[in-house]
Amino acid sequence: MTTLATDPPSGATTPRDAAVPAIEARDVHVRLGASPVLRGVDLTVRRGEVVALLGANGSGKSTLVRTLVGVLPATAGSVRLFGHPLGNDVPWGRVGYVPQRVSAAAGVPSTAAEVVASGLLHGRRLRLPRGWRARVREALDLVGLADRARYATHQLSGGQQQRVLIARALVRKPELLVLDEPVAGVDRPSQEAFAATMTRLVAEGMTVLVVLHELGELAPLVQRCVVLRHGRVVHDGAPPTPQPGHGGDAHEHVHPHAHPRTVQHPENVRLAEGPFERPDDTDEEVAR
Amino acid sequence: MSGLWEMVTDPFMQRALVAALLVGVSAPVVGTYLVQKRLALLGDGIGHVALTGVALGWLVGAAMGLVPDDVLAVPGAVLAAVAGSVLIEVVRRRGRTSGDLALAILFYGGIAGGVLLIGLAGGSSGSLMAYLFGSISSVTLSDVWVTVALCGLILLVGLGLRAALFSVSHDEEFAMSSGLPVWALNMAVAVLAALTVTVAMRVVGLLLVSALMIVPVAIGQLVTRSFRRTMLVASVVGVVVCVTGLSITYWHNVSPGALIVVLAIAVYVVVAALHPLLARRSAPVDPHPDIPDDVAVAPAGAGRGAPQEECTP
Repeated sequence: MTTLATDPPSGATTPRDAAVPAIEARDVHVRLGASPVLRGVDLTVRRGEVVALLGANGSGKSTLVRTLVGVLPATAGSVRLFGHPLGNDVPWGRVGYVPQRVSAAAGVPSTAAEVVASGLLHGRRLRLPRGWRARVREALDLVGLADRARYATHQLSGGQQQRVLIARALVRKPELLVLDEPVAGVDRPSQEAFAATMTRLVAEGMTVLVVLHELGELAPLVQRCVVLRHGRVVHDGAPPTPQPGHGGDAHEHVHPHAHPRTVQHPENVRLAEGPFERPDDTDEEVAR
Repeated sequence: MSGLWEMVTDPFMQRALVAALLVGVSAPVVGTYLVQKRLALLGDGIGHVALTGVALGWLVGAAMGLVPDDVLAVPGAVLAAVAGSVLIEVVRRRGRTSGDLALAILFYGGIAGGVLLIGLAGGSSGSLMAYLFGSISSVTLSDVWVTVALCGLILLVGLGLRAALFSVSHDEEFAMSSGLPVWALNMAVAVLAALTVTVAMRVVGLLLVSALMIVPVAIGQLVTRSFRRTMLVASVVGVVVCVTGLSITYWHNVSPGALIVVLAIAVYVVVAALHPLLARRSAPVDPHPDIPDDVAVAPAGAGRGAPQEECTP
């Protein structure tokens, strides 16, 4: 396995000041159709921070990260990445996004290497840079799939497909990584490989915003938790202490979803002041 | 053998062969992107709209007293096809669900408009037959040059921007999050499709244009597992069926456009039938999905004597 980063960041002018937050969202409102999915979200992610975005299904987590990376337009409010408002000025080469895995193969088969290579294009870079093969191999190696480069993505398991998407985000050597439920429905070897990769990246200074259902394997890395409920931030602070035994190196996380009502769900722990509202999935479906 | 030499030296056939060769290469290149975007029927929609363009060109030509009166038919088709493809792309962007419906409306509007306008131009719907089903034997030298220029442009953009067009066609959301000019790249695919329709119009006709873009891709994806190879195989198949089909019509009096499409579909059927036999060493795959358990079961260490759960050792 090889290490990442060290390359000077490609892309637009680099503001030298490390004080500029990687993500700065102010009073973001997003409306999808008639439903207000996000209602005034403030979120700041500083350089080098690892922030987990938590919340029940339909709380707007996916919508928020998709808005932050410019996939969905905000109806009101502002989003800045590395100090630049969303648009052509953002140094897109410094941002890596891992969407929720879409199952089902696309119309034409494509190899893992081809999918990862598409991560090398960003902003106004429309052609693959020189030496792209080596960089694709390096990124696939980083997620432990170097031997699967020539496989069609539909031949890979769900967890491996997810790792291909992570490699696609990493291949451009980003400084900020935004992940949307990277371990949902993923087999255990892939979850462990993912946690190992993230540990290394964070040690190298990667800024991370990750949408999660529960902290799970990432608990030791997460420095701050932001909890969304019904399109609003209801908690922004330290992650809840995991149950004794959970999160340690020795702990074998066998059944991630076995005990849904334990401390692993932070919104059940600290945020009991409001009435527990109906757990609806409708917003989430609209968001797609 | 002498018959083959005779065919190759026949100037009519030479022009037709050049046109067929170029269309055979470039149509599947564009078709690969359309299949990837799940817009396999876009070519059909554009083809129908191009018919209105043909009739409009005819009408304008007749009104201006140009000779022959269909001299503006091809420019009209190019304009209408490009306008139609841009329109479809705009509709698709507005709301995903209505793209299908918009395409259907374009189908009907294109044909109806074409027949209506050709009547106004003083022709009959029979005059449209050459455009609907192709007329490769009537290719002139200037037609060949137009085909060379347009196919050159299609290949230049379609192959030169392959990585970017792949990114947008494969995962539009990721392309947006990369700051790529997604709108412009989608437009590029739509305009390429429009240009392909108009150059292929001469060879196979507007009603069959889409087959030349899609069927070779369907063959390609059966036998490969990469996007690049699918495109390559599709182009090779495109050239082979176009040139073979056209050559057969030199000796047998059948419609070249229809023969080319039937040949392509025959290749598809044969490949699809043989595919299970030729399937490359596909590794045995655990058919169970990789999803964590929903229920609590005894942890792995507890049941030492329990039978092995997983398929893999």
